[in-house]
Amino acid sequence: MYFLRRLLYAVPLLLLISLLAFVLVHLAPGGPFDRERRPASPEIERNIQAKYHLDEPVWKQYGRYLNGIVHGDLGPSLKYRNHSVTDIIAQGLPVSMTLGGIAFCVALAVGVPLGFFTAAQRGRWPDFLGSFLAVLAVCIPSFVLAPALILVVALKLRWLPVALWESPWHMILPSLALGSFFVGQVARILREAMVTAAQSEFVTAARAKGLGETTLLLKHVLRIALLPVISYSGPMLADLLTGSFIVESIFQIPGIGVFLVNSSLNLDYPVIVGLSLLYAVLLISLNLLVDLAYTFLDPRVKYE
Amino acid sequence: MASAWYLAALLALVLAWPVCLKLSSITFAQTHAPDHISDTQFAAPSAQHWFGTDVHGRDIFSRTLYGAQISLLIGVVGATVSLVIGVLWGSMAGYVGGRIDAVLMRLVDVLYSLPSIIFVIVLMATLGEAAKQTPLMQHSPTLAGALRVALLFVGLGSISWLTMARIVRGQVLTLRSRAFVEACRTLGAGTGRILFRHIIPNIFGVAITYAALTLPGIILYESFLSYLGLGVQPPMASWGTLIAEGVSQINPVRIYWWLIAFPGGILVTTLLALNFLGDGLRDAWDVKGR
Repeated sequence: MYFLRRLLYAVPLLLLISLLAFVLVHLAPGGPFDRERRPASPEIERNIQAKYHLDEPVWKQYGRYLNGIVHGDLGPSLKYRNHSVTDIIAQGLPVSMTLGGIAFCVALAVGVPLGFFTAAQRGRWPDFLGSFLAVLAVCIPSFVLAPALILVVALKLRWLPVALWESPWHMILPSLALGSFFVGQVARILREAMVTAAQSEFVTAARAKGLGETTLLLKHVLRIALLPVISYSGPMLADLLTGSFIVESIFQIPGIGVFLVNSSLNLDYPVIVGLSLLYAVLLISLNLLVDLAYTFLDPRVKYE
Repeated sequence: MASAWYLAALLALVLAWPVCLKLSSITFAQTHAPDHISDTQFAAPSAQHWFGTDVHGRDIFSRTLYGAQISLLIGVVGATVSLVIGVLWGSMAGYVGGRIDAVLMRLVDVLYSLPSIIFVIVLMATLGEAAKQTPLMQHSPTLAGALRVALLFVGLGSISWLTMARIVRGQVLTLRSRAFVEACRTLGAGTGRILFRHIIPNIFGVAITYAALTLPGIILYESFLSYLGLGVQPPMASWGTLIAEGVSQINPVRIYWWLIAFPGGILVTTLLALNFLGDGLRDAWDVKGR
């Protein structure tokens, strides 16, 4: 019941987001055709405006846009002529999702053990070292890490390709650059949660019954402490799947992140609104999935 | 403690460097001015140019310090904006309660589910475009630059107050039922007086701590936007634009590592120091983070 209601809430939310994005981009002075390909004459300009319905009032354009969405059409791109927004998404999203998926795996595969290890060694020097590494990972932005990796690994040592998206070898550097921030976040969240969980009474009880330290941490503490990690991984996955503008542009990967930035700079209205909606849909549905997963993992959680 | 010293030293250097340039000999001041273009392109770090020079032969040490002014200023003002909005919003919602609370916090929930990165990118792109087209801006580049920075304050402040509002609301909820607040109400104090004289001073430690924790995030956001070309515009520089310039010079023949290593290194160490400082404050005030 609760989830049905959440689903119903999502509809007006998406409407609001689309309206906000739509109005915001239309408020900007100038238009998508002002920059490079300025039409030759006022007549041609009028024709183009009429073709894309830009001469209509904004509310009418919005109505037309909504009607298109219902029919599965997100409109044409104004910059990349002959491409619809659906085309752009179909082209870029698989690439972005592959990159994001690998980075997600990296984040969990490195972040969880790191968090577990630092929590288990709490207060000793491995903890300080590990925690420092985690903070460092959070503090190195991708636009510093990515060029550093390119300079050292690709150009100096020549171990891996510099850019592009062709073989599995090409995927290593971008996913590391994208994933490292989340490695740090996951490790920090897990450590914090484990330290809190280790102080609860059921742990003392289990210890009193003579359970070994390792079993205790793995079976009882980790299980509870993974919950905040799971709730963080929803928005994290949404972030990663929709592509990172920075990493994609540095490694020249043809994902949708590049399209979003370019379309924002060129006021390509339908692409901006379409991609914002895509991101919002992903974010909302992943958050919903996380909440669903909670009910299975933690029987104490009840929604009504 | 080391991080506080590091930040203090950085701040002192950032403030003192322009003064040093003014006081030093003319040739030194000239070769080290952040926008002095010379023929010594891509000079590696040396005794003369400590951090090397860039594509236009400008001194990177100077540019990094001048960039720090912008980056730190935006960080501090952005955190203050989020502090003010967050505290006012959260304490209103928490203290008044009832329907107003529901409306205010529902709005926060909605804003939370907006993709904030995309929102800021779109906001900066459209507002920046709007600013560029006003005639006043075309006449005076300095004013245009200042407006751009002001836009960054607004854009970054407007997305980073949400968590602050939630934390403050939680704090206020526990405070409002405390005896001293009730006593105040019985004595006939108005809502405004109770809020500003009694409640807000009590949550200030928590709010400041949280503002310190958002500060590195805002600096990161700013350099991210500037990196994309949506933030600070040339000839002004921030850490983000400096790193972007370094990235654009990556080529397979020559490696100009100093273009990225120095601005990037200072950015990373500053973020680290701010993070440690924020964590320290949090432990000192014993704030339960979200």
